[in-house]
Amino acid sequence: MHIVVCVKQVPDTKIIKINPKTNTLDRRSAPAILNPYDAHAVQAAVSIREKTGGTISVLSMGPPQATAVIKKSIEIGADRGFLISDRAFAGADTLATSYALSKALEKINKEMPVDMIICGKHAIDGDTGQVGPGIARRMDIPPVTNVIEVSEVNLEEKTVLIKRKLSNGYELIQAELPCLLTVEKEINQIEYSPMPNMIKAARYEPVIWAVSDFENVDRSQLGLKGSPTIVGKMFTPPRPEGGKKIEGSVDEQVNQLMDILMEKKDVLTLQSSK
Amino acid sequence: MNFDEYRGVWIFIEQNDGKIEGVSLELLGAGRKLADKLQVPLGGFLLGSGIKPLAKQVIAYGADEVYMVDHPVLKQYRTESYMQGVMLLVEKYKPEIILYGATPNGKDLASAVATDLVTGLTADTTMLDVDVDSRLLEASRPAFGGNIMATILCKKHRPQMATVRPKVMKALEPDSGKVGKIIEESIDLKEENMRTKVLQIVNDVTKKANLAEAHVIVCGGKGMGDVQNFQILYELADTIGATVGGTRDVVEAGWLPHELQIGQTGETVTPKIYFAIALSGAIQHVVGMKNSDLIIAINKDPNAPVFDVATYGIVGDALEIVPKLIQQFKQLQSEKGGEVSYAREI
Ligand SMILES: Cc1cc2nc3c(=O)[nH]c(=O)nc-3n(C[C@H](O)[C@H](O)[C@H](O)COP(=O)(O)OP(=O)(O)OC[C@H]3O[C@@H](n4cnc5c(N)ncnc54)[C@H](O)[C@@H]3O)c2cc1C
Ligand SMILES: Nc1ncnc2c1ncn2[C@@H]1O[C@H](COP(=O)(O)O)[C@@H](O)[C@H]1O
Repeated sequence: MHIVVCVKQVPDTKIIKINPKTNTLDRRSAPAILNPYDAHAVQAAVSIREKTGGTISVLSMGPPQATAVIKKSIEIGADRGFLISDRAFAGADTLATSYALSKALEKINKEMPVDMIICGKHAIDGDTGQVGPGIARRMDIPPVTNVIEVSEVNLEEKTVLIKRKLSNGYELIQAELPCLLTVEKEINQIEYSPMPNMIKAARYEPVIWAVSDFENVDRSQLGLKGSPTIVGKMFTPPRPEGGKKIEGSVDEQVNQLMDILMEKKDVLTLQSSK
Repeated sequence: MNFDEYRGVWIFIEQNDGKIEGVSLELLGAGRKLADKLQVPLGGFLLGSGIKPLAKQVIAYGADEVYMVDHPVLKQYRTESYMQGVMLLVEKYKPEIILYGATPNGKDLASAVATDLVTGLTADTTMLDVDVDSRLLEASRPAFGGNIMATILCKKHRPQMATVRPKVMKALEPDSGKVGKIIEESIDLKEENMRTKVLQIVNDVTKKANLAEAHVIVCGGKGMGDVQNFQILYELADTIGATVGGTRDVVEAGWLPHELQIGQTGETVTPKIYFAIALSGAIQHVVGMKNSDLIIAINKDPNAPVFDVATYGIVGDALEIVPKLIQQFKQLQSEKGGEVSYAREI
């Protein structure tokens, strides 16, 4: 079983600071991390490999610093990693990203046939969730998004059983291999990395490819040039007037609030207390 | 690519078990405005098995035309079969704009279709407009990076596509007298060619439906300090019959499960009363709650952006105010001998 996990380096939105003057993100304040959903994707691959054996490759597109997320993936348990890094990839939207990644996947597939691709549900910086299904279409394999469990992998029949989260519940899907999954956080818990993984990760040097390493690549589909969507304008949303401020001492404030709420008492369900 | 060949605004009508999803009806409302501005017909397209009875409803909610692909293999949503149906319709009728609800299936389908059509797709839009001269769809969403929105355009490709968050657009009042055109296309699909099978669908409405349907929501933010303090929000909620929700920071801190997160990457809610307590009102949060009828914000910081969207704002310490509020309600109930129990308005 050969699983490829696509991992992205993103700024940590939990720590990120907003510059109150310009109302924009202070990028210097944001440490770069492995997209949390992708960490779950790598962990999911590790759990599958425990049952089936095989190899886990990780693939990332990004600047040279993105080797850090490949090392992190090795720590979680991946066997090897590939980074595609080239000026020509810069400024890619989801369409151009899935194109570039699919070129790398074709190359990986030639050398060792891929049985499954796993992506995160979305990347926390753009949060579109569009890259996974895009890759699946380009590789002509079925995508299954929002996966919360991989319950069975049958290598003889070449099928997997998957639970896919829906708006109100889940569905049980059987998919043929190869297929592409995008995973939710609840699929697993990230375990502490065993020591040998840490040592391996520290020394690991991923394979780095540039555009010139690919065959049959249409450069017009890469990066900014290959991106149909563009940012037209940025704006602060029209500020609603804002409402009334309830002034006074704390008790006065609470009393006024009670008056307002009592006008709406028909929507409240007051529980009788003993 | 000849742009003039592409005309019309289309809405993906998502149906499950013969029931149309709310977001699709909302998008018919939003699409109606765009179509009127561009002076083109509004189309709804739907796929499934035995779906013909739904066409009338699509027209009543604003569509001029309904495009249907009805086939047993389309009974359950699957990317591979659905996208074949959509590709068939889009390549034949060439709409200039297509909108999908940002549901698991809507996002999945739109992403796959955009790849095959080689066109742009804007994710999780919360504002829509169209520029009449350039005929460009202006799909806006919170930008990563502060309290700002970004308008995404797709200038060189058609159709222009976007997924749109549920509950941010408004459905029209249905008009059962409205007439429209129904167009059916047949498709050649074979079950044995499908690489995925849906074996079972399990509906589990316990967890999240209560947020989406709650009339009163008490939403807490990181400013509650710790998970212990957060518990007083449950007490308030219990006292008035509300449901508790939280910001993403609260969910990340582990005080609440993800199902109860409100905002861009959580639920969108529209209750009658929304308490925004000790949360700053970041744009990603606000897009998920701003359509609530009455918003009451409690925050220590008089400059917190949440006051811009609040109907009433209290500058103060939530840890002081909320317990007093609970006490007032409890007192009210005991004065009335515990008889104060109001039926919920539907
Ligand atoms: C791509 C992306 C998607 C996101 N999606 C979401 C989403 O879906 N939902 C969401 O909520 N966020 C989301 N966020 C995060 C969002 O940007 C904010 O970081 C988050 O909403 C802030 O949470 P908060 O208001 O609880 O915390 P803070 O911003 O830390 O605000 C705490 C507030 O509490 C006030 N306070 C402190 N103590 C008290 C007290 N004792 N009494 C009263 N007030 C007090 C403070 O003045 C402050 O205003 C997203 C961010 C990104 C980048
Ligand atoms: N630059 C990238 N390199 C590798 N994988 C990516 C990249 N961008 C997106 N992905 C994968 O696609 C998923 C969804 O990303 P997105 O569509 O950007 O929300 C991520 O969780 C990753 O698995």
